[in-house]
Amino acid sequence: MEAVIAIAIGVMFASGVWLILRPRTFQVIIGLLLISYAVNMFIFIMGRLSINKPPLTLDSPVEVGMFADPVTQALVLTAIVIGFATSALYLVLLLTSRGLTGTDHVDGKEPRQ
Amino acid sequence: MLLLILILTPFIGSFLAAFLPANARNREAWLAAAIALAGLIIIGIQFPQINNGEVLRYQLDWMPEYGLNLVLRMDGLAWLFSMLIIGIFLLVVVYARYYMSPEDPVPRFFSFLLAFMGSMLGIVLSGNLVQLVLFWELTSLSSFLLIGYWHHRAEARRGARMAFTVTATGGLCLLAGVLMLGHIIGSYDLDVVLASGETLREHAWYLPTLILIALGALTKSAQFPFHFWLPHAMAAPTPVSAYLHSATMVKAGIFLLMRLWPVLSGTPEWTWIIGGAGVCTLLIGSFIAIFQHDLKGLLAYSTISHLGLITALLGIGTPLAMVAAIFHTMNHATFKASLFMAVGIIDHESGTRDMRKLRGLYRMMPQTATLAIVASAAMAGVPFLNGFLSKEMFFAEALLVGSASNWWMPLAAVTMGVFSVAYSLRFIYVFFGRPATDLPKTPHEPPRWMRFPVEVLVLFCLIVGIVPSLSVGPLLHNGVEAVLGEKTPYYSLALWHGFNIPLLMSFVALGGGVLLYVILRTRFNLTYRDQVPLLYRFNGKQAYESTMLELRSSASRLEKLLGTRRLQPQLLLMILVGLGAAVAAAATAPQVWSALQPSDPHLPFTLLWIIGGGCAVAAAWQAKYHRLASLSLVGGAGLVVCLTFLWLSAPDLALTQLMVETVTTILILLGLRWLPPRILSIEQDRKENRRARARRMRDFIVAALAGLGMAAISYLVLMLPAGSGIGSFFLERALLEGGGSNVVNVLLVDFRSFDTLGEIAVLSIVALTVYGLLRRFRPAAESMSLPPQQTNFVDPAAQQPPAEQAQSGYLMVPGIYLRLLLPIILVCAVYFFMRGHNLPGGGFVAGLIFAVAIILQYMLAGTLWVESRLHLQPHRWLALGLILAVLTGLGALLLGYPFLTTHTAHIDLPVLGALHLPSAFFFDLGVFCVVVGSTMLILVALAHQSIRSHRLPLSAADVADSTDKEKH
Repeated sequence: MEAVIAIAIGVMFASGVWLILRPRTFQVIIGLLLISYAVNMFIFIMGRLSINKPPLTLDSPVEVGMFADPVTQALVLTAIVIGFATSALYLVLLLTSRGLTGTDHVDGKEPRQ
Repeated sequence: MLLLILILTPFIGSFLAAFLPANARNREAWLAAAIALAGLIIIGIQFPQINNGEVLRYQLDWMPEYGLNLVLRMDGLAWLFSMLIIGIFLLVVVYARYYMSPEDPVPRFFSFLLAFMGSMLGIVLSGNLVQLVLFWELTSLSSFLLIGYWHHRAEARRGARMAFTVTATGGLCLLAGVLMLGHIIGSYDLDVVLASGETLREHAWYLPTLILIALGALTKSAQFPFHFWLPHAMAAPTPVSAYLHSATMVKAGIFLLMRLWPVLSGTPEWTWIIGGAGVCTLLIGSFIAIFQHDLKGLLAYSTISHLGLITALLGIGTPLAMVAAIFHTMNHATFKASLFMAVGIIDHESGTRDMRKLRGLYRMMPQTATLAIVASAAMAGVPFLNGFLSKEMFFAEALLVGSASNWWMPLAAVTMGVFSVAYSLRFIYVFFGRPATDLPKTPHEPPRWMRFPVEVLVLFCLIVGIVPSLSVGPLLHNGVEAVLGEKTPYYSLALWHGFNIPLLMSFVALGGGVLLYVILRTRFNLTYRDQVPLLYRFNGKQAYESTMLELRSSASRLEKLLGTRRLQPQLLLMILVGLGAAVAAAATAPQVWSALQPSDPHLPFTLLWIIGGGCAVAAAWQAKYHRLASLSLVGGAGLVVCLTFLWLSAPDLALTQLMVETVTTILILLGLRWLPPRILSIEQDRKENRRARARRMRDFIVAALAGLGMAAISYLVLMLPAGSGIGSFFLERALLEGGGSNVVNVLLVDFRSFDTLGEIAVLSIVALTVYGLLRRFRPAAESMSLPPQQTNFVDPAAQQPPAEQAQSGYLMVPGIYLRLLLPIILVCAVYFFMRGHNLPGGGFVAGLIFAVAIILQYMLAGTLWVESRLHLQPHRWLALGLILAVLTGLGALLLGYPFLTTHTAHIDLPVLGALHLPSAFFFDLGVFCVVVGSTMLILVALAHQSIRSHRLPLSAADVADSTDKEKH
């Protein structure tokens, strides 16, 4: 289980890093999405893996180990929503930049051949 | 306490003066004068205590553990300097009232001048060295502003820049020196520092500390080789020159040397550095002064030379030399300030300061001329004037330097005396001879009160010169005692000490000066000579300019070498630094690889991630060639992440991830249309050159390493047992104190609601930014036309608007059931919102569901159709949400609890039963509104771009043209 999660995070992160090093704006936005998945997962697993222990303290008395860590979950929830906002901002920036400069290169101009 | 008032009033006055009307010369002058008078009174009433040898102290603790406090400290020396600073300020204010023209922005002038006075007082009254440096820099700053007061003149701007660069650089050296001093002694407090001179002088760091502090003092007091800024600072209005550049600011360096004299002096290094700089300065300054044509230029170089004299005295280092130095500081301030003011009057009344033009002014302004002649006689060191006394003391001290056979110092002293007599004669000459007729204005006597400050100062010169011990005796004694303490020598301030060598030197200087002047005039055409003989090669200004030029060009070279405006190298560097940091951290981390047994992998979970990982890699591969495919693949990876959250006991995360995934995908889909045509095939790419392939290989390796590192860290963390953390705190209290059993939601809207408030603020800002950016959006020309799919003449749908397609076209089936779904989805949103506090759900999820419900209608029937039926105003949703959230928080404040404290109420309603209603509910409602508003605003703003471009007239030829391009 742990190895699967770790490899999953690694693969998504590597794909994201590869993409943000590319020259086209669309590649970078896809890369940012993938990196944000990886990072969110990474923050999430800081609370360790727990199965069938959602942090819903309905009526039972609370004991250690009965519930998953709610702190990392709350942090990641915030991160997901902020991630949406930044992706939207980046998308609009890339569209505007493309409209202004006529190219979708990240530097706003085609590299010299 | 009085000391604090003394320091603060000038700054308050400066603030007030800035707001007075521009033409209120009188009111501003009265304000400044009132502050000065109050200051004089405060200082005056301290005199008895100071005279008893007491030291006044006022301390305001700021960071006592670091030795940083506001300490004000007044002893005899500080008293003397404060008196000088405020007294001359008062006279300068009176003078400036008449000097400044009504067209000048006078509030600015008085405001800066008051700020300067405050900073200067701060220097002399500081009881903490760091605080002293702070005020020191403040004087540099206000001096910069005052020199550049007439900023429409290029010379004023240049002079201000030069003065600031030199003095502020010196100030930085001083700061370094003071920090080293504090480190050696262990305190910045002046009293402690003054008591530990031995420790410092024996420390290994003594020399660097001395050099750094000396750099600060020498730059401020315009000592060789930093003297060049002072003549250029003469571009300032004359009251500023009289106040800053003769009487006070340039004395700050001297004051610092006097202040630290008990600690730093008494070593050969001190004598060589300070004395050497002083002697060079006094000779060079007085020599160059002879050859100036500008009256202010002459006075500037004369000031440099007199400052050099004082510095040389301090460098000599005997107690008697210290007496002479303090005495000469006072004398120089009085006669030089009066001379500057007299020059200002001449300039003001005749329109020029050029000594080649000015002649016979005595006939036109006899009173001013008399005053100026007396003051310049004091400058030359004529008996019965104050300059004579202190210069005599200087000669006496010069004789004592070295052994009896060492006659360099007396020779330098007499030479300087000769030069100063010569330039004083040159100065006086403007009053004699045949009156000039080619002046810009016809000179006459100035207004009564403009001359008044000069009269007062000249009167002081006379009084001090004739009855020194009766007039300044006690003040000087207090000042000297404050520096020297028990070492205070016996000295006599009498005018007549009998026939001795210093007196002889004085007369040699007077006679030699007259002779030199006559020779220079008759033989060397002094009046019209443009170059300073011998020394014209020593051009400090040139050196300064070329240094600045060199700095600027090397900075741009460095930027070209190290900087880049390209994104890719920056990102690469960032990732490499991250990798490096991780490796460095791993090297020092505890070497525990696995404390726990790995749990068995579930097969479905593993399969899930084979799909997820495949999606991620494929998305990375296809992002260049097939954007839509790549986007779908990313969506796939996102769904797998969402399922993982669900699997691992995080239902709230799964819900949010699912909705965000949906919205993001729609968002990017909307943007795809505005991107350039994609590269159609991989084959096309194969022709790339070798460099591009090498670059890809490098990026691939970096990416692989980053992924590997991330995986390794994740595994490492998972194999270690969890720490205690703060999770259990929230788990225990969520239901009891937060009133909700969904701990994640309670965390968001209650425990960490401030964080959430910030987050929804960010969301709103992003939404508004997106809206603002898109209002001015100009799409690239080739993406203006309709896509080929919509111009296909075979397809009947291409002729229909979207609304018609959904009504009766090929979208009829989805049209019917999506419209049916709308209320159902909305109810879903309400359901998730209502149960959020106890079960998975909440404002974020509900808001996103709500937004998606509306977006679906947009997608189905087009923007125009939806907006003609549904008046959704996202801006108002944003505002409403933020107001609701903040009001909820303020409500708690109103009831006496901290901001955003939650209160839970249980209400029994007739039909619905018991309703659980915490105040966090309203906060969550705010979150809901903001999420709906921002999502709608972003998506709708983007969707509107399509209609906007359609409005543009599009000819058939254009369409054909663009479809042709698509085919190629």
